[in-house]
Amino acid sequence: MKLLLSGLVTGLLFGFLLQKGRVLRYDKQLAALRLQDMTIVKFMLSTVVVGMVGLFLLYDQELVKLSIKPTILGANIVGGLIFGIGWGLVGYCPGTSLGALGEGRWDALWAIAGMVAGAGLFAEVYPLLTRTLLTWGDYGKITLPQVLGVNHWLLVVIFGLGALALFRWFEKKGL
Amino acid sequence: MQQRDGGWNPYLAGGLAGLVSVLSAWYSGMFFGASTTFVRAAGLIERLFMPERVAQLEYFVKTTPKIDWQWMFLVGILLGALLSAVTSRSFRWQALPDMWQERFGANSRALRAVAAFCGGVVLIFGARLADGCPSGHGLSGTMQLAVSGYISLVCFFAGGLLMARLIYRGR
Repeated sequence: MKLLLSGLVTGLLFGFLLQKGRVLRYDKQLAALRLQDMTIVKFMLSTVVVGMVGLFLLYDQELVKLSIKPTILGANIVGGLIFGIGWGLVGYCPGTSLGALGEGRWDALWAIAGMVAGAGLFAEVYPLLTRTLLTWGDYGKITLPQVLGVNHWLLVVIFGLGALALFRWFEKKGL
Repeated sequence: MQQRDGGWNPYLAGGLAGLVSVLSAWYSGMFFGASTTFVRAAGLIERLFMPERVAQLEYFVKTTPKIDWQWMFLVGILLGALLSAVTSRSFRWQALPDMWQERFGANSRALRAVAAFCGGVVLIFGARLADGCPSGHGLSGTMQLAVSGYISLVCFFAGGLLMARLIYRGR
């Protein structure tokens, strides 16, 4: 029960910030995919940079446990591309579709219905996928610091500087 | 700080969202994600009509149809966006996004419904295959420096760029 409540409160805060950042809208998501307005990229990268610093500070104090998803090249690459194609059609992603509905963009209802149907479809073909795509290039739960053999803070700094350089470029180009 | 459209600076809103995600990982051990909830929702609905089938399917055994942390997280996103929109008077009951209407006209509600539904089917299929969406891979995965997060995020955008280019070709 406590866990459900914490989920609700976390979602409330995140949904509030997504709406304030104006990233829930079809127009913003498609504008990013058409390389016209990078608002969603600015929002996402800011979240990641702050999240990274906070998480690894806590991680070094052993206050937080990481939750790494496995790297399976076949699944990540093919699944990622399929997701992107659907995303370009919908203009909302799974999380933002709920938020878009919250700010009144009710075409998100069609997308949500499609996502529930698609999830049911995935459950049907899952056994076939476990024998094919889900086994191609399975490297397990690997992280960049492991693969590169460097300290995580080096990568956090590089990521942060890269994000800052990108932000500067966006602002200069008016994106 | 105020933007032309009345919203907050995206760097500020995004940074605060990063803070929320750190607090969530610390306090409840949970990372942002969204697409698994659609599997649980599908299972909950299917169970009403064919409980034996749901009990048999391996994917529903692995991802039990129930209301969990992430389910409530998504309910919270809806309510949080509603709260923010209503209190800032940016709530708008809208059937067609502006950009879509510019491209396909005001009489394209049926086309929008078909595109959004079919796109929804396709994108969740991809997200479940990749084991995450822009929240699970794009935010949580990348901030933990998971290799899968970076590969998936690049592919999300590659697919999206391609589809956007097809839909808005020459515009």
